[in-house]
Amino acid sequence: MKNRSLVSINDYSKEEIIRILDLAEEFEKQPLQNLLGGRVVASLFFEPSTRTRLSFETAIQQLGGNVIGFASAASTSVSKGESLKDTILMVANYSNLIVMRHPVEGSARYASEVSSVPIINAGDGANQHPTQCLLDLYSIRKTQGTLDNLEVTFVGDLKYGRTVHSLVIALSQFNTKFHLVSPEELKLPSAVKRHIKEAKLSYEQYTDFTDVIPKSDIIYMTRIQRERFPDPLEYEKVKNAYILENAMLDNSKDNVRILHPLPRVNEISTDVDQNPKAYYFQQALNGVFVRQALIATIMGVK
Amino acid sequence: MNNKRKELIVSAISNGTVIDHIPAENVYQVFKMLKLDKTSHQVYFGTNLESKKYGRKGIIKISDTYFQDEVINKIALVAPTATLIEIRDYEVYSKVSVSIPTSIEGIVKCFNPNCVTNKEEVTTKFEVLTDETGKLKLACHYCEKITNKNNMVFF
Ligand SMILES: [Zn+2]
Repeated sequence: MKNRSLVSINDYSKEEIIRILDLAEEFEKQPLQNLLGGRVVASLFFEPSTRTRLSFETAIQQLGGNVIGFASAASTSVSKGESLKDTILMVANYSNLIVMRHPVEGSARYASEVSSVPIINAGDGANQHPTQCLLDLYSIRKTQGTLDNLEVTFVGDLKYGRTVHSLVIALSQFNTKFHLVSPEELKLPSAVKRHIKEAKLSYEQYTDFTDVIPKSDIIYMTRIQRERFPDPLEYEKVKNAYILENAMLDNSKDNVRILHPLPRVNEISTDVDQNPKAYYFQQALNGVFVRQALIATIMGVK
Repeated sequence: MNNKRKELIVSAISNGTVIDHIPAENVYQVFKMLKLDKTSHQVYFGTNLESKKYGRKGIIKISDTYFQDEVINKIALVAPTATLIEIRDYEVYSKVSVSIPTSIEGIVKCFNPNCVTNKEEVTTKFEVLTDETGKLKLACHYCEKITNKNNMVFF
């Protein structure tokens, strides 16, 4: 795994994923470890994402690394029309690792092919966001004690939600039973279902939310965005059908935890926040430890 | 007798390539893909010819032209049943069935407008998949999106 880029969660085997999660546990216990000794990590956000960038930059600082880079492409040579290849080659001269977020799909894979230093994909358009997936897996394992044989319910926009796609694909290696809740228009794409089928696992699809809550070990909520619907009337019909309210958790299992990649709008009612089954805020914090584990592994210092 | 009648349908060529057993509905696509509208060599083509194996087939004959493997792979994408026959001095010099490659580079455009291959100078690269019904699909190496047969645009 040393010096190898992480572009898509499929780049890692089950064993490699577990190795990262184990290491993240160590960082959760002891986050400040000066392992990078001032080595330089580039943080290139061609598209702004404060949440992801701060998580990565905190991870780098806690490892004793230095950060160079930019938080948006606006003030850089990229806005003057420099090609992605040229930017990457230039930055690779100054850094030992590049973390990049880019609005164009496939840009991280391409960067990993032209760069002399490894690339961590921090999101490429609607395609992949593997560190989000790792932190989701970490959160699931931490709250359930295992990743194996769980009943996981995904709710909302399963068609466009890249975090859902990556997590479904990753969980297909862990004998998961999938419950897929979405409006007809936003069902999980067949390209993702293919992975469930290949693993010979079962999934069920629902348009109604309530029945699956008592079965679930994890409920993974996502936001349904207005712009996904060409017809605004269709959006109005479904927008309130997939909102989780505290009372709906009355018959849920004790061990169930609610996850959400954040930011949330209204799909989880704020009265859920106080419920011990709500885990979405801790989930975000886990991102720092997972990213520390990943960076330390790729840099070969752990 | 039988052979002579065939010759009447599509003329023989002395040197060049015969592409046979093209599904009738894809003849024009192969024609376009090989840019035969731009060639200065003689080209003959026939379509809706009877074929024992495939029902209705098409055939294209191109004089003084031989194709590289890369182009042969291209043909397989739209006409997986096709046979390529090299003719030298009126004789069959070689005969190969096209085969669907497991991956292709630089032949087809990625259907996703937001793919890096449509934004930067990057050669496209796909893994070739077949779905349950045997239809070809291309999975982009970069953006990971699927380009279906109906959406394939050739460079
Ligand atoms: Zn693509």
